[in-house]
Amino acid sequence: MGAKHFGARVTRLEDPALLSGRGRFVDDVKMSGVLHACFVRSPYAHARLHGIDAKAALAIPGVHAVIAANDLPDPMRSEAMPMLLPNPSISALCTQHVLARAEVYYVGQPVAVVIADSRYIAEDAAAAVAVHYDALPAVGDCRDAVDEGAPRAHAALGSNVLSTFQLAYGDVDAAFANAPHIFEDELWQHRGGGMAIETRAVLASHDAATDMLTVWSGTQTPHIGRRMLADLLGRELESIRMIAPDVGGGFGPKAIFYPEEAVIPAAALKLGRPVKWIEDRREHFLCATQERDQYWSVAIAVDAEAKILGVRGRMLHDSGAFVPWGIIMPYIAAATVPGPYVIPAYQLDTMVVLTNKVPTTPVRGAGRPQAVFAMERLLDRVARELQLDRAEVRRRNFIQPEQMPYEVGLLFRDGKPLIYDSGDYPKGQETALADADYESFRERQRAALDEGRFIGIGLGNYVEGTGLGPFEGVTVRVLPSGKVAVATGATNQGQGTRTTLSQIVAEQVGCRIEDIVMTIGDTGAIAQGVGAFASRQAVNAGCSALLAGQSVRAQLVALAARTLGVKESDIDLDNGQAIAESGNKPIIGFGDLARLAQGIPGVSLPAGQAAGLEHTAYYTPQQAAYCSGTHVAEVEVDAMTGGVKIVRYTVAHDSGRVINPLIVDGQVQGGVAHGIGNALFEWMQYDENAQPLTTSFADYLLPMATDVPTCAIAHVETVNPLNPLGVKGAGEGGTIPAAAAIIGAIEDALSPFDVHFAETPLTPERIVAALRAAGAYEKLFAA
Amino acid sequence: MSKQPTRVTVNGKAHARIVEARLTLADFLRHELGLTGTHLGCEHGVCGACTVLVDGHSTRACLMFAVQANGCEVTTVEGLTPEGGLSVLQQAFVDNHGLQCGFCTPGMLVTLTELLRENPSPSEDEVREALTGNLCRCTGYAGIVKAALDAAQRLRAAGG
Amino acid sequence: MKPAPFDYHAPRQLKEAAELLATLPNAKILAGGQSLVPMMNFRYVVADHLVDLGGIADLRGITVVDGWLRIGAMMRQRELETAPEVAQYCPLLAEALRHVGHRQTRNRGTIGGSLAHADPAAELPAVCAAYDAVVHVASIRGIRQVPFKDFSTGFMATALEPDEMIAAIDLPVWRQGHGHGFHEFARRHGDFALAGAVALLDVGAGNVVRRAALSLCGVAASPVRVEAAEVRLVGQPLDSSLIRSAAAATWLIEPISDIHAGAEYRRHLAQVLSARALTDAARRAGVDVPSVV
Repeated sequence: MGAKHFGARVTRLEDPALLSGRGRFVDDVKMSGVLHACFVRSPYAHARLHGIDAKAALAIPGVHAVIAANDLPDPMRSEAMPMLLPNPSISALCTQHVLARAEVYYVGQPVAVVIADSRYIAEDAAAAVAVHYDALPAVGDCRDAVDEGAPRAHAALGSNVLSTFQLAYGDVDAAFANAPHIFEDELWQHRGGGMAIETRAVLASHDAATDMLTVWSGTQTPHIGRRMLADLLGRELESIRMIAPDVGGGFGPKAIFYPEEAVIPAAALKLGRPVKWIEDRREHFLCATQERDQYWSVAIAVDAEAKILGVRGRMLHDSGAFVPWGIIMPYIAAATVPGPYVIPAYQLDTMVVLTNKVPTTPVRGAGRPQAVFAMERLLDRVARELQLDRAEVRRRNFIQPEQMPYEVGLLFRDGKPLIYDSGDYPKGQETALADADYESFRERQRAALDEGRFIGIGLGNYVEGTGLGPFEGVTVRVLPSGKVAVATGATNQGQGTRTTLSQIVAEQVGCRIEDIVMTIGDTGAIAQGVGAFASRQAVNAGCSALLAGQSVRAQLVALAARTLGVKESDIDLDNGQAIAESGNKPIIGFGDLARLAQGIPGVSLPAGQAAGLEHTAYYTPQQAAYCSGTHVAEVEVDAMTGGVKIVRYTVAHDSGRVINPLIVDGQVQGGVAHGIGNALFEWMQYDENAQPLTTSFADYLLPMATDVPTCAIAHVETVNPLNPLGVKGAGEGGTIPAAAAIIGAIEDALSPFDVHFAETPLTPERIVAALRAAGAYEKLFAA
Repeated sequence: MSKQPTRVTVNGKAHARIVEARLTLADFLRHELGLTGTHLGCEHGVCGACTVLVDGHSTRACLMFAVQANGCEVTTVEGLTPEGGLSVLQQAFVDNHGLQCGFCTPGMLVTLTELLRENPSPSEDEVREALTGNLCRCTGYAGIVKAALDAAQRLRAAGG
Repeated sequence: MKPAPFDYHAPRQLKEAAELLATLPNAKILAGGQSLVPMMNFRYVVADHLVDLGGIADLRGITVVDGWLRIGAMMRQRELETAPEVAQYCPLLAEALRHVGHRQTRNRGTIGGSLAHADPAAELPAVCAAYDAVVHVASIRGIRQVPFKDFSTGFMATALEPDEMIAAIDLPVWRQGHGHGFHEFARRHGDFALAGAVALLDVGAGNVVRRAALSLCGVAASPVRVEAAEVRLVGQPLDSSLIRSAAAATWLIEPISDIHAGAEYRRHLAQVLSARALTDAARRAGVDVPSVV
């Protein structure tokens, strides 16, 4: 057996190119004769479209075309985009046309596209395209949208309510009827974005000689994108190749197939020239999907010992103007509430509402941060009301490790019963508390208070369904050069997919990790693929890499044994060579074996020898893999300004067996940063007419290096018994409980004033307003 | 005058071009010179992905027109990279997982190059403050801060 | 987000720049460009001509003349942040500069550009307000001197005529031993302040305040000089109750509301930050006062 890679802190194979300016993102792909696109977008949140006059734009030198809906090929000209995740509860099939036809539904919706010699000229011309609109009443706030008299987000729909559904088990009414204590809260989480630093990007080129349409897209899901594009263009899948080269961050919004990914290829086909579109940051604010807007009204029933009897409530979900990914986010949210706790009875009624804003689709966490916020805030409330330590309240309600596998009583969004495969929630919390010096905190808090400083601690627990199917594929093939080619439908937006999969394959096959030639995110390299979302690639692609690697290993061993004339059990594979441990220990390199496996033209292969040393595995998980964790946030609040500083952040994380701790730690730390953004900074604001207000990085605040502490991260590994690697997902857990822990910590810091917070982001202004209302400043100014 | 002759030295190599006045330095570097290591993340001077050195000073290449660089020396991430290898700072990024998607990374390297030149022994707070001009969405900054401190130490050790 | 086309002019002499500004229609001055170019990239600003002042030697330099620190308009913010003359004669300016944007923008951004742009949340106009700076304004008609209280005329508005540019800024040098304080509250490091307070205190025998200046940024359409606070301070022995009283005078301001903060919050911050800035100034003037807030 060769070098041990699995579980090692392997530095990343991706890094040297990215560090030296040799990364290749879509805008870096060089192509001669390329034209540049700029979209004409709706300035209205809701309007009827009366016509487009492109004369002035077409007169500008360097402009090649202005394309509106009617200039598109069928079927995309007339048919709306396919919905990826249909659900019977959705009352109207609500997806957009790639270019608006008669009505626009959100600010930024694409109406036409200008193709010119440069992006500069394309922008000049886009400003010269005259579009005639009749403004329609718009609805911006989902709470208003449910009113009978509210403007309709779509003129043709009778109601803005797109879907209502209930997730429930147990006898909730009985649980509440007899409960000694019932506490209710109203909670609210605002909209934010993925905000990858690389914006979206599409480059399309049609080769007339082969009739191959190649599309480079900064996407998390090239295989799905190719399928959608084939449907919209009426082309065969086989005549489209979609490539996701280096992609500068994903975080969910790049998992969506967007209108631009259809329009740019259509333009390239129409003009017979390559066409490139690089989204600018303003467009990203207007048109890339967003998440979080949910309003929760929830109640918890507990007994005298703070044991949970039941949880029930209602949730309102703002879906924006369309539902390209169906209703999975509110569904995931509803299914995530029970988390690591024994909850005998649960009921959540969810209403999904259309508004005239850009659609919401999963952003890192995908509905789970809202659910965890609701549950954890309720538990903090229980602790406060019953005067118990917050960790103790959680301790009394944990599902115990011996209860695994634990059936919650709901169906998860993978269509399977929500059954936690494994996990040790009490151990996770105890580990985090110990690492955070939770026991000594009250002492530290008192000492700080004596100095006039307000510090606080908060915690949050979660369980996250990760590793969702249907599958991901990995092909492993030994090359005549002796290197090992790996191809996968999994994609890489910074997760280190190449490194992780290389670790698994190298260990199985017995080659140097540097000798793996990986093709990622290219539909030309593997027939089937799904892509990156739902923290799914370590489970899906990781297991496929294992299975494909095992198969190729067996093929190598068999061929080497036959060639060297030894028993298979005598063959060891290491460093790209097969080494016989018997006789005079002959050695044969992988390159020679690969050539042998190619056979000789016209000569039959020996019995048992397949063509080539190659295997493609498509691992299909039987259900979600449930990871879990505990976050502990320690903050200092400047009560006079409302400024919050996160001084310490501790994570205990169970993502099953860790393939590469360097990478998993990075995922957790990065996820926490996103959660800090949600908790304190990021807020996509709209006015009452659904006009976006925060469309620059000066107005929409991303956390900076001074806002995110370096987390202490502990791995509490419980092996997932349901997949051969024993892994669970790791990409989103960092984000999910962060807001709950941080808001809890702020409340704790300000406990002398008894102020409470129920929404995120929690701004300094809201903190000061709450303190003022609590009379804090009479005390503070007088001190 | 909408086009201007412009002479600029980039990574030690002199270039003379006639450029459109409105062409940003970032687009000039990327599309005229093919130096695509300099990235554009916001084009309004906040994200810092396009940071380059102009006459040794860190500068937003999206907020400067190429014509303004006439007579200047510009250094990009390509110019910070030694032949056939990585610099001490770049290697520290590898060792400390200072990057994930790599899109903000060139700007980070440029900012830290200026910092470490002026302050060979920065504190963690000084590193973090220097990095406020560069947004990263992937890493949560921990690896970048660690890499900067690690590189500072290695550079001090090498410099004696 | 690419700018609209324009013609570019790079005069080498002040006179040449003045002539260009007098003759070119719809011309804009390019100083450091750190505010102008983003607005051009968004196409909020579309200019037919850009006059780049970067090559004019006369607009650079720092000199001390007759109790005034004279700063050329095209001095970069970073140059001033590290200039020994600034540290010695106007340390308040150096302290405020550390809060202006980020290192990369300060490397390009200029003091003249910041004053001409007149963002209500910007730090440098508030510093000039506290100092009663004098702005030297150049055009083909020559140079005129404008006291800062007349220079700043409203929301992103100044007394500059379309053909005028700032040539230099004069800051009066306060007596050695005076104290200064600068406190602002921004959501993140380097962001424009939701509110900020700038304080100068000159303290004489018996800790009696001889001279005081307090100004605010971020709270109104343009920097606010809080004269009511200064009146309360001058002639009184400096202690924490005096600072509290002076800071309380900021309640008279009428702040703006926008998506970043409401008026009431800004008024609250103005009081808190004024108290903190005055406390720092007092301590630097050698008066040991306890923290008020």
